[in-house]
Amino acid sequence: MSTETSSYIVENATCTFCGCVCDDMFLTVEGNRITKAKNACVLGKAWFAEHTVEDRPFALVEGKEASTAEAVEAAAEILAKARFPVVYGLSDTTCEAQRQAVAIADMIGANIDTTTSVCHGPTGMAFQGVGESTATLGEVKNRADLIIYWGGNPAESHPRHFTRYTLTPKGMFTPNGRKDRTVVLVDVRRTPSARAADIFVQVKPKTDFEVLWALRALVNDRYVSPSIEEETGVSLDTLRDLAERMKNCRYGVLFFGMGLTMTRGRHFNAGALLALATDLNQYTHFVAKPVRGHGNVTGADNVVTWQTGYPFAVNFSRGYPRFNPGEFTSVDLLARNEADAALIIASDPGSNFPHEAVAHMGRIPTIVLDPKRTYTTDLARVAFTTATYGINTGGTVYRMDDVPIPLRPAFPSPYPSDEEILKAIKARIRELLNLPETAIF
Amino acid sequence: MSSSFRIVNGKVHDPANGIDGRIQDICVQDGKIVADVSPEARRIDVSGMVVMPGGIDMHCHIAGGKVNLARKLQPEDHRLDVHPRTPFTRSGTGGTVPSTFTTGYRYAMLGYTTAMEAAVAPMGARHVLEELNDTPILDKGYFMLLGDNLMLYKLLKEGRHEEFRQAVAWWFNAGKAYAPKLVNPGGGEPWKHRNSNVVNLDDEVDYFDISPRKIIEALTTTANDLGLPHPAHIHCNNLGIGGNYETTLNTMRTITGRRAHITHIQFHSYGGEFGGKPTSKAKDIAEYINAHPEVSADVGQVMFGHATGMTADAPLAWMLQSVSGNKWVNCDIENESGCGVVPIVYQDTNYVHALQWGIGLELFLLSDDPWRMVLSTDHPNGGSFLSYPKLIRLLMDRQFRNEQIRSVNQRAMKSTVLLDDLEREYTLQEIAIITRAAPARLLGLQEKGHLAPGADADITIYMESENKEEMFTTPRYVFKDGRLIIEDGEFRSDHEGRILHVAPDYDPAIEEVIRPFFEDYYTIEFANYAVGDEYLHRHQVVPTTDQ
Repeated sequence: MSTETSSYIVENATCTFCGCVCDDMFLTVEGNRITKAKNACVLGKAWFAEHTVEDRPFALVEGKEASTAEAVEAAAEILAKARFPVVYGLSDTTCEAQRQAVAIADMIGANIDTTTSVCHGPTGMAFQGVGESTATLGEVKNRADLIIYWGGNPAESHPRHFTRYTLTPKGMFTPNGRKDRTVVLVDVRRTPSARAADIFVQVKPKTDFEVLWALRALVNDRYVSPSIEEETGVSLDTLRDLAERMKNCRYGVLFFGMGLTMTRGRHFNAGALLALATDLNQYTHFVAKPVRGHGNVTGADNVVTWQTGYPFAVNFSRGYPRFNPGEFTSVDLLARNEADAALIIASDPGSNFPHEAVAHMGRIPTIVLDPKRTYTTDLARVAFTTATYGINTGGTVYRMDDVPIPLRPAFPSPYPSDEEILKAIKARIRELLNLPETAIF
Repeated sequence: MSSSFRIVNGKVHDPANGIDGRIQDICVQDGKIVADVSPEARRIDVSGMVVMPGGIDMHCHIAGGKVNLARKLQPEDHRLDVHPRTPFTRSGTGGTVPSTFTTGYRYAMLGYTTAMEAAVAPMGARHVLEELNDTPILDKGYFMLLGDNLMLYKLLKEGRHEEFRQAVAWWFNAGKAYAPKLVNPGGGEPWKHRNSNVVNLDDEVDYFDISPRKIIEALTTTANDLGLPHPAHIHCNNLGIGGNYETTLNTMRTITGRRAHITHIQFHSYGGEFGGKPTSKAKDIAEYINAHPEVSADVGQVMFGHATGMTADAPLAWMLQSVSGNKWVNCDIENESGCGVVPIVYQDTNYVHALQWGIGLELFLLSDDPWRMVLSTDHPNGGSFLSYPKLIRLLMDRQFRNEQIRSVNQRAMKSTVLLDDLEREYTLQEIAIITRAAPARLLGLQEKGHLAPGADADITIYMESENKEEMFTTPRYVFKDGRLIIEDGEFRSDHEGRILHVAPDYDPAIEEVIRPFFEDYYTIEFANYAVGDEYLHRHQVVPTTDQ
């Protein structure tokens, strides 16, 4: 490993911590750690500071230290033998690794699912139902004069969303930046993001759907009863004002978060919001966009879609992809004790899945790829230590608006990348299953 | 696996070399057609079969951002049409917008070995290249959307023509694209300004003091000047609107003296009052093209059944949404373009749909020069590429065609010449032109679309049959790069095709002209914008005329 003597700067590096995927980082690298991350937000700074090269075993098999090759052998044997393996995670790794993960799932007839199923999965389902009018973030910067955030707290979850993409930047048709925009926040509580808004609308918990549907009615000149206030905590006058602002803006945007998708109504909420944005295009230009969390969860949606036709919750057990959230979503499948092996990539379901699902992962042979020790690595039969994407490895990630961004690794890691490990596992499974070598994908 | 073959006793259709159904041997070695092979080469007897170059789809939508949105949008389309894995090929799903692997395999199963994705914004270059790399068998490239590019607008508005040319060349290198694409030129910007559009070629594009005509002239000229293998590829203004044939004629008049390709021209051949009920003007369009050798076109045939409208013409997608009430996707792409997606079902009882179907057939049948009016359905806009065999039967089989014509909306047919029992039946040689030789020539792919020594060994062999739909649905053998991919109608091997792209020379000083625009108006850093070679994998740079 390098020593303190080597210090250099990596320009235009990409932060993969959240879905903003800011690619304007100036990283100061000293030895095998990043000592300064210029332009990073508080979350990005922590991400860069904490991903050093730690002295961890290359792998653990049954709790004992092992080489990567030994762990590949163990993992391949588990997966080749499994009758109902699940592949899960994928939102904090490169598209290159995601492509390998889907290839493995296809080859062994596994279930594959991503963290989308526990964040914006309902948005994916709503999208299938009603479509989506959307835009890249630069269009918001250049054009938007009305920006509405619904069910999210970007000030704390995506700190640079406001400053790099949406509220304050000066754009082509927004030369005065923040002064050229009206900003609305809709949420069930007054979060720190409310300070950035001109208008804060507080909705009673579990009534987002009703508020969205009332707005659709008003936008389409339908009757809405004044009792809406009692129901939702939002007065009819407030809704009328909001509806008028939406119809009369030049370029409007509805950003939405998990406050909408993971509360009562789920995909109905997301569908109502997307339908509202569509309706508004009768009057003006209006777009909507989920504010995605993990650095490459959007890439996972894209890769799984282009390889299978579906964005998440895909099952290959019949030899071709099938999609059914609820049946093929990992939480449900694990909690029903259906899986007999698990391959978890760059995700920690051990820390955030419901108890039944986590308990089942502990009972079956579970394989984990992660740069860090996590709840999931602790319960795993095989745990690989991996290089960190964006810090140690190159590759591609998709920003929350589907824009692909390249990674510029800051310093090398002694540990292999997810892609390298998955390729090795794939090759070994192919041998174990006696599959022809003519396969290339 | 053998890498050299001698294919004997086949009836060879190789129009580029003037071979029309002659029985002759075709020899293959190391991925290329050769004059002779050693006696050890595998000998394949194809008596009673027809040998053609591999099919080339010069305009389809198979990969990239809008295609993936369309895939994600339609689970119902995939569920009904699955594509199982084999021990060496990947699984996937079909429908009108298949997954990437299924797209490659199904094109190969039709005997197609090259396909061009027709519309990608430069910002989506990495995405389309990643998807194309996951599209097996085929050689492929993509057309880059440049007709709504605001940096280019700025240079055009300020009359900086040399810098315009340099910027276009830079963009091709930055995005690894194949050809310049214009879609409803000038329409993207007004769409983003409260859903408006341009109508006439001389309308002013909001805020930029230029017009669709200026954009068309500038990009057509630049493509010619740069010596690109394929010229400006133009989706005209007013697609699908009654009375739009005048816009199409005006566009073709605008490019006079320069090479250009007008795409899915069927959608642009409508008479009637502007914006009103359309009638057929296929005759006028075909006559113009017959008389103007600098213009080529693909038809964009409509086929009845499911289709998916997907286009960088976002105002058009909004119109389709308004007409159909179907689910709708729109995506604005900063400074460059946008797109829209709407599922469609073409019905033979519907006047407009039947008229569109009829106009496509008229264009094929009234066109004198098959080298300049080639086959496409604008997949999946007019219908899936899987419908090509049926379309070929409509062209080759007068009796079948007349039966079909009599079974669809008759009011629509009365607007066409199809009720006159047109005698023309395409020959196998003409089919080989409109599906192979002509697309290769129009794309400037000198090693494709023919079977002379030196050509890529992309070969399709069909069992000759009276029913042309059956014949073209299931080729008996398909070779790609000299590898036997399909034998006796079954997959024998997987294969990684090439990315085809151009790399015109440019003066690096142009980067300092473009960079400030990025800093002001883009949200991706200029340094991270250009696509690196790691996205190309197997690839081939197709030279410009000066290279």
